[in-house]
Amino acid sequence: MDRDRVETVSLRWLRRLVIAVFLLVTVFPFYYMLVLSLRPIERLLLDPGSLVVGLGELTVSTYTEVLKAADDGGQGFLTFMRNSGLVAVTATILTLVVAIPGAYAVSRLRFFGRRQVDFLFLAVYLFPSIVIAIPLFVVFTRAGLRGSLFGLVLVYISQTLPVSVYMLKNYFETIPVSLEESAAIDGAGRLGIIRRVSLPLAAPSIMAVALYDFMIAWNEFLFALLFLVDKPDRWTVSLGLAQLADGVEVPKTVLMAGSVVLTLPIVILFFAGERLLTEGLTSGAEKG
Amino acid sequence: MTTTAPGTGRSPTRERPAPARRRKPLTLRRRESRAGLALVAPTLLVTIAVIGIPIVWTVVLAFQRVRLATLRKTGLFGEFTLDNVDRVLNTPGFADTLWTTLVYSVGSTVGSIALGLVAALVVRRPFRGRTLVRASMLLPYVAPVVAVTFVWQVMLDPQLGIVNDWGRRFLGWDAPVPFLSQESTALATVIAFEAWRYFPFAFLFLLARLQAVPGELEEAALVDGATPTQRFRHILLPQLLPVIALLGVLRFIMTFNKFDDVYLLTGGAAGTEVVSVRVYEFLTARTDIGAAAAQAVVLAVVLVVFVLIYLRFFGGRRVG
Repeated sequence: MDRDRVETVSLRWLRRLVIAVFLLVTVFPFYYMLVLSLRPIERLLLDPGSLVVGLGELTVSTYTEVLKAADDGGQGFLTFMRNSGLVAVTATILTLVVAIPGAYAVSRLRFFGRRQVDFLFLAVYLFPSIVIAIPLFVVFTRAGLRGSLFGLVLVYISQTLPVSVYMLKNYFETIPVSLEESAAIDGAGRLGIIRRVSLPLAAPSIMAVALYDFMIAWNEFLFALLFLVDKPDRWTVSLGLAQLADGVEVPKTVLMAGSVVLTLPIVILFFAGERLLTEGLTSGAEKG
Repeated sequence: MTTTAPGTGRSPTRERPAPARRRKPLTLRRRESRAGLALVAPTLLVTIAVIGIPIVWTVVLAFQRVRLATLRKTGLFGEFTLDNVDRVLNTPGFADTLWTTLVYSVGSTVGSIALGLVAALVVRRPFRGRTLVRASMLLPYVAPVVAVTFVWQVMLDPQLGIVNDWGRRFLGWDAPVPFLSQESTALATVIAFEAWRYFPFAFLFLLARLQAVPGELEEAALVDGATPTQRFRHILLPQLLPVIALLGVLRFIMTFNKFDDVYLLTGGAAGTEVVSVRVYEFLTARTDIGAAAAQAVVLAVVLVVFVLIYLRFFGGRRVG
């Protein structure tokens, strides 16, 4: 056999093997999380290597403990989910309200300082969020915003804004200008053009950005930790879970149930909008 | 994919001559400029207020004596001092922390890009279930950081973790390995976690670039008798290099600034204390805002220096 044949055949098998390994490595931790959350802690200690929930072993008491309100002896995750949901949805909507006109302007209109906007966004990434965190901590403490969910929303908007504007801008640039020109000839003003022509065309892209913003806000941990830690009734799910882990003698199975509660909404959203998101994030990357 | 029509990026009304008959009304060009500024203003406002000003302020704080207790009394332009910077540079462990951060950033960047490249190459051609495989590969990246760090902690737990259980049962380990709490393994484990969590990011970008490589290039190489590895080496890799270089900068910056992952996995113990975790310690445990700010500024300066060095060495290649 010549080299080409050897390589082609062996690579074909190698490729299948590698795909299987990748699939295993990425999915396994999530499967493990789910299995552990359904087993009682005593059984886990007896047999830590088991990967299935045995017959008669299955329990959902971990979930009831996690979700029940703190007054009823639970961990109050329902409240945390409400907080997280509220923060993430508000941040997403407000980010879009700010980012859509901004992205439109950057992609379509010539104005003073248009080029500097790109640079500004790049600069934002160069600075660690912990750098921004310190003055915000100071200001929020003074303004009484520390410990409020609104302060958190404000931070999340600023964190997701650069990428949102970038993604939307790329999409707006693919919409032919002629469409807008015909609307202009028909007498539509600037805002009319955006609302009637650009927005409907950009709907898939806007959905992708919304998904991205929601995920970032739902998953965020550092700012929630800094601003909300002494207000247990305002904790987000991420923060609540981290505090739970620090608490006294909480069984690992309960911790895993909390992790499932935290992860599930994101995984569902992600699989629902996967195609939108992957295409939205990397559009424009092909140009290299 | 994003072939833009000629003339995109211009205003629909741009080419028309400005009305010159009356004196007062604004020209279209100026109206466009005003509309642009008005539309972009909210974005700029939020970015400057929540990110721009705080960055500048951090620099100011770094040269002031501020503690959480005295916070209410300190003005923006109080007395300036070099104490903080001095304290940060001379506190034991500063050089170690910086070195750890560097090893952690480089290791995680290289690891995630290498994994992402392999992943992109294997799912490049269509096969059954490809969409599902691709989506699953993105899971580590989209899942909440708190949840995935906890799963790793539990998996690696010496008592009830599956890794140690299987290691002893099938690989003949004598004693359980406390991966995250002993010096010899903690940093490597954290780097492995980072590579696992962030390879999807590299994977997405590399896959998008791979799919834009013109088929004719590879067909021509095939006709010339190039084997698969030769085609990768001489056709695909040169096409991917600019994206890899860009990913290198992006991942390095993001990892260098990372706080959550290390804080949640080890809390900075066992030789994994990176600079951002140290800043957090200064800020909360010691409530020394001035020192925390000085530490953060040092972090940012070091990062800028590294990025400049990187661009100097690799920046030239990206032009092609």
